Amino acid sequence: MKTDTGFGEWVIRFRWWIIVSTILVVAATASGGRFLQFSNNYRVFFSEENPQLQAFDALQNQYTKNDNAMIALAPKNGKVFTRETLAAVEELTREAWQIPYSTRVDSVTNFQYTWADGDDLVVENLIENAAQYSAADLERVKGIALKEPLLLNRLINPDASVTAVNVTINFPEKSLDEVPEVANFVRAMAEKIRPQYPDIDFRLTGIVFMDNSFGEASRQDMEMLIPIMYLLIIVVMGLVLRSFWGTLTVVLVIAFSSLTAMGLGGWLGVLLTPVSAIAPTIILTLAIADSIHILVTLFHEMRLGKPKREALIESLRVNHQPVFITSITTAIGFLSLNFSDSPPFQDLGNLVAMGVMAAYVYSVIFLPAMMAVLPLRIKPHPQEKTLVMDRFADFVIQHRTRLYWGMLTVMVLIIAQIPRVEINEKFNEYFDTRYQFRLDNDFVIDNLTGFEAIEYSLSAGESGGISNPEYLAKVEEFAQWYRQQPHVMYVSTLTDIMKRLNKNMHGDDESYYKLPDQRDLSAQYLLLYELSLPFGLDLNNQINVDKSSTRFTAILESVSTHYALELEGKAQAWLKENGLPSMVTHGASPLIMFSNIAKRNMKSMTLGVLLALFLISMILIIALRSFKFGAVSMIPNLAPVFMTFGIWGLFVQEVGLAVSIVAPVALGIIVDDTVHFISKYLRARREQGKSPAEAVRYSFHTVGTALWVTSLVLVVGFSVLAFSGFKMNTHLGIMTTISVVCALVADFLFLPPLLMKLEEKQYAKESALESAEESGIA
Amino acid sequence: MIRVFGIIVWVLVGFSAPALAETPEEKGLAIAAEDDKRDNGFVDYQAKMEMILKNRHGEESVRYMRSKNLEVVGDGDKSLITFDRPRDIKGTTLLNFTHKTGTDDQWLYLPALKRVKRISSANKSGSFMGSEFAYEDVTSQEVEKYTYKWIRDETLDDMECFVIERYPVYKNSGYTRQMVWLDKKEYRMMKIDFYDRKNALLKTQTFRGYRQYLNTFWYPDEMYMENHQTGKNTLLKWSDYKFKNGFKNKDFNKNSLKRAR
Repeated sequence: MKTDTGFGEWVIRFRWWIIVSTILVVAATASGGRFLQFSNNYRVFFSEENPQLQAFDALQNQYTKNDNAMIALAPKNGKVFTRETLAAVEELTREAWQIPYSTRVDSVTNFQYTWADGDDLVVENLIENAAQYSAADLERVKGIALKEPLLLNRLINPDASVTAVNVTINFPEKSLDEVPEVANFVRAMAEKIRPQYPDIDFRLTGIVFMDNSFGEASRQDMEMLIPIMYLLIIVVMGLVLRSFWGTLTVVLVIAFSSLTAMGLGGWLGVLLTPVSAIAPTIILTLAIADSIHILVTLFHEMRLGKPKREALIESLRVNHQPVFITSITTAIGFLSLNFSDSPPFQDLGNLVAMGVMAAYVYSVIFLPAMMAVLPLRIKPHPQEKTLVMDRFADFVIQHRTRLYWGMLTVMVLIIAQIPRVEINEKFNEYFDTRYQFRLDNDFVIDNLTGFEAIEYSLSAGESGGISNPEYLAKVEEFAQWYRQQPHVMYVSTLTDIMKRLNKNMHGDDESYYKLPDQRDLSAQYLLLYELSLPFGLDLNNQINVDKSSTRFTAILESVSTHYALELEGKAQAWLKENGLPSMVTHGASPLIMFSNIAKRNMKSMTLGVLLALFLISMILIIALRSFKFGAVSMIPNLAPVFMTFGIWGLFVQEVGLAVSIVAPVALGIIVDDTVHFISKYLRARREQGKSPAEAVRYSFHTVGTALWVTSLVLVVGFSVLAFSGFKMNTHLGIMTTISVVCALVADFLFLPPLLMKLEEKQYAKESALESAEESGIA
Repeated sequence: MIRVFGIIVWVLVGFSAPALAETPEEKGLAIAAEDDKRDNGFVDYQAKMEMILKNRHGEESVRYMRSKNLEVVGDGDKSLITFDRPRDIKGTTLLNFTHKTGTDDQWLYLPALKRVKRISSANKSGSFMGSEFAYEDVTSQEVEKYTYKWIRDETLDDMECFVIERYPVYKNSGYTRQMVWLDKKEYRMMKIDFYDRKNALLKTQTFRGYRQYLNTFWYPDEMYMENHQTGKNTLLKWSDYKFKNGFKNKDFNKNSLKRAR
């Protein structure tokens, strides 16, 4: 065992070199942290190859981009059509043109109202100088607004109690500051106008504010969760180690690990998203286990009376390999996130993998070097106490058959609940109610209009074809169909404008409120109308340049991703069955993108999980030097992952994007318990020739406490994620916590009975043979 | 040596500038007035127009039209634009009376309806036929429609140019300002940068292929308008300029619209 102790001796000899160079390496890598930037664009969740993103980009390039900021106005008296409120809307509408990157501003006041004045077509703002309006004027414009399909349930609600100014923003996407720039500008605008209109409640929503919340969520998670983690770690370490210098060094090791990982991330150009921003929290949780194993053995040896130097060498000898193996398996689990279709998860995987490997290196060189330098006062008391774990081991051994069958039944029952799990989430609920965006958005959804949309580019199949009466009729039917679907609040379609123009062209005769029946007539109406429109309010956002397709938008209430896909599926079926062949197309929108990504991610991650599983099994087989035990270990490794989904199916059912990454993450973490337990078991069986039952007792005695403590740390660490305001992190935290608990239960209550069951018969045969041989010789 | 000479000239000009007592605003206006003066006296002309629209998605669309223009002394010019293609709007004709002050008058003849409709919108700053040109970009550029300011002199594509800013008088304009490059020799517009209501660069119009007609008037073959915010662009090509057609005032009224085909 010369090589085993050689490493420890080397570390102690070069302790000062190690300490200094570790600090230098940390400083060098961590300096990359200055390149880390927070992303605030929902698009970061999608790779460039994502087909739903490509479809949405194509649609936006065909017409115009329509990211938006919406300022909703809710007058306290519940009446939008008052001089005061309308004046506020007018003011905001005018001011909104000053918002950076704004390309269009829509409100009830600048709505381009058309009417016939004899033979003339009048196109004008629906409301102008509302402050001068008479009661009759107010009633008149209210009547018009509430009858206008382009306004109702979009910019005015049926009660006329809430209205909004919608600003279309066209981000150049050249700098990461664009979103906060717009969000801050709009907030400042609202702050300025609020004191002028104390009787109006102003609410801010739209894609801009959602995007901005992504950046804010990342920042908040880092600012809030990381200090909590440090506090918890200090408390736990203090309790377990009861050593000031030990705790301090462990805090340094984990801080160095996450600094290194995040710094390297900066050098590599990683963008921080609410998902990748939890990497430091996860690294802190995982990094601590390595240190615990090394320090627990060190202190244990010192208590037994060994001098510090020898105790350190022994601790490294015993722990170096398991620590390396568990780090590698954890890193593999996280690295498999690279199979994900969503870049933030890839970043998370790579950051954590780097952090875990850094933690391994710092734990086996920096930690012992520091221990060699720092004063440690450990009172030796050579008597080995009977540990709680020993009594627990007796219990497990005594009831092994009952535990084996009992646990097997429980596990099967829980796993059988997996089919209840349903991939479904509400995009609006990614952010919890601590975010102003969520509160404002909920208000707008409840009182005015939806946040989610499904958009279609409906092609007429030929240049200028949008004037074709047959095409218009089909679009109109499609709009009618869509308006009848549950949860659809609003549909924007060119046909509503065409009908209104036809009426205007016939002296505002209501009986002409229908689609023009001649192609050239429609085209000429459109030309006339387009020539009459003001800057920024043209039709280029809904008609393509070739006048061969129109944009069709359905606005939905806050719907689940499941419903969105179902509705889109039905819409496509409708188009196939009833529409023109050219009209058949997929719906596109952020909602559709987010609705597909969980399933897409599941598919891409399946390969990742299988590969991780294969690699981890190989490593276990090599490390345990036994195919049999490597294979057997997969049962307690996999069962907790399946049980987690089973428990989720039992209590929660609905899960989103987080689901696809829980399996590899949990697998990489929970494997550690099994590795430690089985390796000690095998050491007892092979080196000391103990019986299976005695070997189980030895395993409990040597690693039971460490496993208990590291699991506790993991549970605490991952539960901290549940405090994130971002739902994906909350889910990831809770599910990983469940799997860690399941893993501990499986390793303590199922693995030992399983090992004994597997080996006892053979052991009995062997020992019978041995005693027979012995008696034979005798 | 040349540099020293340059400095001397610069010093001299610098010192003599106050003596001229011309503010940048006056100089800008003088340049615009000179440009307008050089365009005066064409009496009338007609030309063919082809408009090619492109969007970011790579889609393209072409419109064809013809225009007839009549110079009006003392007021803005009159024009008739007849659309030839797409075929759905063939024969549709737009009659324009530009005015030096106040909003322009416009009528549109719709052949499908066989009716003339007046466009009574006070706010005609929107897109012209779905293109990147706004109506206010293509209408007759009367001096009175803007106030001016000279900014600097600059060489653009090897041509000495004045750079002036002009500010729309029209209150519903989509622009806060336009930056115009005019070549010093012939006072031809070479480039215009359009700044939107929040003073962000919106579009750039470039003029290409200037030709001299009647030994006096310079007209471009192409105007290219690029929208920096949406990534769309429009190329407007002019051809078959014909001058002195003997157009009369009566060719430019509501009744003449139906005959314009």
